[in-house]
Amino acid sequence: MKLNLRVWRQKNADADGAMSTYEVDGISPDMSFLEMLDTLNEELILKGEDPVAFDHDCREGICGACSLVINGDAHGPERTTTCQLHMRSFEDGDTIDVEPWRASAFPVVKDLVVDRSAFDRIIQAGGYITAPTGSAPEAHATPVPKPDADLAFEHAECIGCGACVAACPNGAAMLFTSAKVNHLNVLPQGAPERETRVLDMVAQMDEEGFGGCTLAGECATACPKGIPLTSITGMNREWLRATRRAGKR
Amino acid sequence: MARTVWDSTVGKKTVMAVSGIVMLLYLVAHMIGNLKIFFGAGEFNHYAHWLRTVGEPFMHEEWTLWIVRVVLVVAVIAHAVSAYQLSRRDLRARPDKYVHKKARTSYATRTMRWGGVILALFIVWHLLDLTTGTVHSGGFETGKPYQNVVDTFSTWYGNVIYIVAMLAVGLHIRHGFWSAAQTLGVGSRTRDRALKTIAHALALLLTAGFLAVPVGVMTGVVS
Repeated sequence: MKLNLRVWRQKNADADGAMSTYEVDGISPDMSFLEMLDTLNEELILKGEDPVAFDHDCREGICGACSLVINGDAHGPERTTTCQLHMRSFEDGDTIDVEPWRASAFPVVKDLVVDRSAFDRIIQAGGYITAPTGSAPEAHATPVPKPDADLAFEHAECIGCGACVAACPNGAAMLFTSAKVNHLNVLPQGAPERETRVLDMVAQMDEEGFGGCTLAGECATACPKGIPLTSITGMNREWLRATRRAGKR
Repeated sequence: MARTVWDSTVGKKTVMAVSGIVMLLYLVAHMIGNLKIFFGAGEFNHYAHWLRTVGEPFMHEEWTLWIVRVVLVVAVIAHAVSAYQLSRRDLRARPDKYVHKKARTSYATRTMRWGGVILALFIVWHLLDLTTGTVHSGGFETGKPYQNVVDTFSTWYGNVIYIVAMLAVGLHIRHGFWSAAQTLGVGSRTRDRALKTIAHALALLLTAGFLAVPVGVMTGVVS
């Protein structure tokens, strides 16, 4: 396959960026999108040019490191992570636009790499449970009803890649935050911090400069792990409950 | 608690949802009241007069009306201020647009902000036209609402402004009602279809109900 790439190039956080055009040839339809970028980078290095910087780690769709807005879609045209997107999803001779996640809370570090540590700070604000350390506890010590376990697991699938923020027209982190809140709030292990978790995580989310939710639904469409839009409804419900309780105290 | 609510994006959305539902309930009552125009000047004018005497003798004349007006003004201001603040925040959160543009959200979702501005301007015109009579086309007469309505919808611009605003209100409710349900946490996977259906039905019913009046005047059913 021969492709025309238009890639966002930006030297560093302070520099102005622009789209640069590259041609890549000899791409196999079985290559992943990241392998295609590796091919481009090898050529750039041979030519003595600066390779395109992009985030990646496990390359098997579970770590959440890869990003990239491809032709306007976070993680590209398939509902998966960029590392699991294959070139067979494109046609020979296609022009493909590759851009970084766009949100003021995710500043560009270089080229296609953005700083997603705002997510880490949201997790630090409440995305944990208080549990004694040591050996793993007996699994049957705390019974969890099957529907709750399923709901928790569905939300636990979030890998924190940030596609929801990238896709959201408001740069909101509601889907990410709600996945984390619902994951822990539905489980007995998360019960002691049920109220403080949602209040603190939402407050941190606002503090980081993410936008608000207008229920556009773009986040849930982009999510490679299929976190549903109703997750946000669940977090709103938890937030209202916690606010009422805090008011009573 | 009030501080927590107002300082949070989720809290501001709650304010928008609650004030929106207050206005929505008012619109339903308003639309039903409007339809009395099809039963003649007598019934319509009588209904309009009744609005000023609701609650008597417990309430003095126009007390109930003024309570409704105050509640509505508070709702409109709360809705507009939170919408403005949230929109500013949203635009700041996404300062750089994607080079590769793609419009995917529904038309109703995309037009919420400008639709809201159109509705705010419409309300000002509507009050100046049919409540105070300041910008009324014919000879505005207090206590003769039937004739005043017919006069307004006998002008081309009266019809255009009204029809545009009613289409905007339908779109606004279509996305707004369903969104309010999500914000207030009452939405769920099992209820989603029902909520969307109610949102569509409300939007359609209100738009059609309100548009019936200018259409009635234009076709001569109401004259």
